[in-house]
This record gives sequence, C-alpha cells and structure tokens, in this order.
Amino acid sequence: MSAVLEADAVSFSYPRQAVLDCTTLAVGPGEFVALVGANGSGKSTLLRLLLGLARPQGGEVRLFGAPPAQLSQRWRVGYVPQRPVLAEALPTTVEEVVASGRLARRGWRRRLRPSDWTEVERALAMVSLLDKRHRRLSELSVGQQQRAWIARAFVAEPELLVLDEPVAGVDADSQRRFRDSLVLLVRERGAAVFLVSHELGAVADDLDRVLVLRRGKIVFDGAPDELTSSGVSLGIHASDLPLWLEGPG
Amino acid sequence: MTLPLPWPFDRQYMQLALVAGLAVGTTAPLIGTFLVQKRLSLLGDGIGHLAFAGVAAGLLLGVWPLWSALVVAMAGAMALEWLRSRGRAGGDLVLALFFYSGIAGGVVLTGLSGSFNASVLSYLFGSILTVAPSDAWAVLVLGAFILAAVAFSWRALLAVVLDEEAARVGGLPVDGLNLALAALAALTVVAAMRVVGVLLVAALMVLPVGAAQRLAGSFLATLRWSALIGSISVVAGLTVARAFALAPGGAIVLVAAGLFLAVSLLAGLRRTTGEALAPPMGL
Repeated sequence: MSAVLEADAVSFSYPRQAVLDCTTLAVGPGEFVALVGANGSGKSTLLRLLLGLARPQGGEVRLFGAPPAQLSQRWRVGYVPQRPVLAEALPTTVEEVVASGRLARRGWRRRLRPSDWTEVERALAMVSLLDKRHRRLSELSVGQQQRAWIARAFVAEPELLVLDEPVAGVDADSQRRFRDSLVLLVRERGAAVFLVSHELGAVADDLDRVLVLRRGKIVFDGAPDELTSSGVSLGIHASDLPLWLEGPG
Repeated sequence: MTLPLPWPFDRQYMQLALVAGLAVGTTAPLIGTFLVQKRLSLLGDGIGHLAFAGVAAGLLLGVWPLWSALVVAMAGAMALEWLRSRGRAGGDLVLALFFYSGIAGGVVLTGLSGSFNASVLSYLFGSILTVAPSDAWAVLVLGAFILAAVAFSWRALLAVVLDEEAARVGGLPVDGLNLALAALAALTVVAAMRVVGVLLVAALMVLPVGAAQRLAGSFLATLRWSALIGSISVVAGLTVARAFALAPGGAIVLVAAGLFLAVSLLAGLRRTTGEALAPPMGL
C-alpha cells in the first residue's frame, strides 16, 4: 500500500547552515510513527517541509502520493501545532477552537451543519473535554489546552495526524489521556499518526516505528524494541532518550 | 425627511448622524475584534493616517475625498499585510514609516491644493453633524457590506487568528483571508472618517473590543458585545455632544473609553476582592 507521507532525499539549508541532508522517510496507512531528535537536529524544518509550509531545496515530499501544494482534500491531514501562542485575553471557547478545525472538512465558505456539530462533540469526547466545551480556552490547564488542539485536528476526521511536540510541559494525567486518544484514532479509525517529539514516554508502548533524526539525517528507522535493545529506554526512564539524542553521534 | 424621534434625535442632522454613527459603531469593533487578537490594534491608526493622504489627494485632484481615501487606504492596508505576512513588518519601524509617511503626505498635498481648512479638519477629527444624506447612505452601504463579510467569514478568520500554520495545513486560504481582513479594515476606516475622524478611528475599532472581551464568554459573544458597546458609545456620545455642545467625534470616543475603563475596573475589583467572577455573559 502506498505511503500517506513521504520524504524522498529531501535537503534544506539556511544561508550558513545545512539543516537536512538527503533525508528519506515514509509513513504507511494506519502506522503510528514517531520522529525523535535533539534540539537543532532539523525536526521542525522537516515537519514544515512535510506539511507543505516550506519547499525543499532538493528531493521531493508527497502527501497521499501528491506534492503538498497539489493535495486537494486537505482534511486528510490533521495538524496539531506546538502549543500556539495566543493573545492572553482571547475570549474563544474550547468548542469554537474545535469547530474551527471542521472547516477543513466542510469548506470555509460553508456553514457548519448538524452533522458537523456531531463530529465536534465526538472529538471533544475523544479527548475528555465534552464537559468543558463552553469554557474559555485560556481558563484550561496546559494539558487540557493541548487536548483541545488535538480535538481540533481530530474533528476533520483526518487519515494522517501530524503532531509537533504534543506533550511538552503537559501533566501526567493529560499525557495518559493524550495517549488514549491517539491509540483510539489509530486503532478505531485506521488513521496514521506521525509524532514529532524529543520524549516518547507517554506512547512508547504503542508505536509501530521510531525514526531518529540527527544532524539532518535519519540515523535509525525501526521498531521501538530495536532501539531499546541498544540500551535506550523510551518509556520507563523518560530522560534516557533525550540524553541519548544529545550524545555523540 | 425627518422622522418623529425623541430628543436628541429630533432633528434631521442628528438622525443622519445617528445612521452613520450606528453603521460605524457596529462594524468598526467587529473588525477590531480580529485585529486585537492578531496584536494589530494599531493597524487602524496606520490606515487612518494613510487615508488622510488619500483625502488630501482627492482635494488636490478634485475627486470626492471618500473615493481617493478608499483607494489609498486599501493600497496601504494591502502593502502592510504583505509586509506583515513576510515577517517584514514585525518591528514598529515599518509601521511607523507608513503612519508618518501617510500624515506627512497628507500635509504636503493639502498645502499644494491650498485647502488646509475646515474641510480637511472635518476628516481629521470627524464632522458627523454635517453628514449629508449621500454620505450617510455611503457609510450605511459600507457598513452593511462589512457586517455581511464578517457574518460570512468569522469562523474562518478565527481559525487564522488561532494558528495561521494549522489553518494553512487545513486548506484555508490564509493569505486571502488576511488580505480580506486588511481590506475590511481599510473600508471601516474610510466609513468612520466622517464620524470620528481619521485620528480617532482606531479608538472605535479597539476600545469596545477591550470592554467586550472582559464581558463575553466566547469569541462570537465578543463580536456581539463589541458591536453593542460601539453602538452605545455612538448614541451616548451624540447625546452628550448635543446636550453640552461638545465635539461629537471626541465625545463618542470618550464614552467608549469610559465604558472600557468601567468594565476593566469592575473586573479588576472582583478579582482583588477574591469574589468569584460572574459567569461570562452570552449575547
């Protein structure tokens, strides 16, 4: 089956710094894949290229077999950004945030219909925020806010969910709920998940594959077991992976 | 035609002022709600300065100043948005360049046309009591268009305000929506020129929003509250202005500032006394 997300020999550099060097990866339908890397390894740049937010200087990126700019059904890709910085007094509710994600599916020119609101409720239930739907987003804890952003991506019923550092600074309870929501998405809806992070404690047991990015190159691509067999702990000692990533290549 | 309305709106000039004022008082805060959340509160001020250059160009060329102001304000708003979207207008300097070039250009052009008189001052500080029926109609049509545009696109604009990149990944035309918002801001400024003047127009775009977001419990309610507070400011400002023979544009803005301060003080008082904040009010 063809990949839902592919990077083929992708290169990218800033004026005085090469960031990605012939980076190649692929994520298949229904796969749960994590990309890990130390700060400055090129994760964020690679993510922007994969989502079509920037163009590679070499190589090719494909989403569902097409270059990102040519993908017409954009709802097939859900994106959870690294905690957006909002105006402090932004008076938006959790429900409004989640409903805004539905525009990818319905089309921004069209009014949301009852079926869309059913999906909004379902997405809120998936992240256990149904009872907080009318609360202001700014009144929620960091972990709850992050779950609201995940629900915003879920609500378009994506076939690929891309998450950027989703559990950074999030409490343990929210990490557990986050993990449950992702597993539900993968197992029940058959969606692929591509998670970019430098810590995998919450989802270590559920991953199909781990990719390790170091200085712009994928240096490991395999099952979590293969990584742990080389002495790197993904879940039990949460600090081990970040330390290993920072170590000498 | 004079409608049988009670004092202070019993005269035709006050009724025309009320129509133009309500059109602006309702729509300026709607656009301001998005600008405030995007941390672009000063954009209205900048466009106002550019619109003044447009007015001066109109006076020099013998064109209806509303049209020339609209053209210059639109072009300036688009240029500012273009620079902002490319990360080149993040600093105050680029905005300052537009602001002061606009006002300086206006001064030079009015000097050339030899028309630095009451006509120019009426655009700088507003002259709502001298609004002609044709002006009131123009403002009303612009206001109706802005209202319809916000009603049609507020959810998409909110998605862009929340996170531009996530909206872009979701297939929303982020650049188009940002340009549309800048164009609507320019329309609002031009519509508001005769009401409060280009120097005070940003106040009507921002102050009601500041009060509304302390009262409202959702983004949609903030839009509704800000329009209501803007309208109240216009009605109360016109009333005070007629009662005490004050400049109406300034009176409207002072009422809006007073409402903003009152709501902020009330919210602050409740926090300092430890009293639980009342649930946000829906509207």
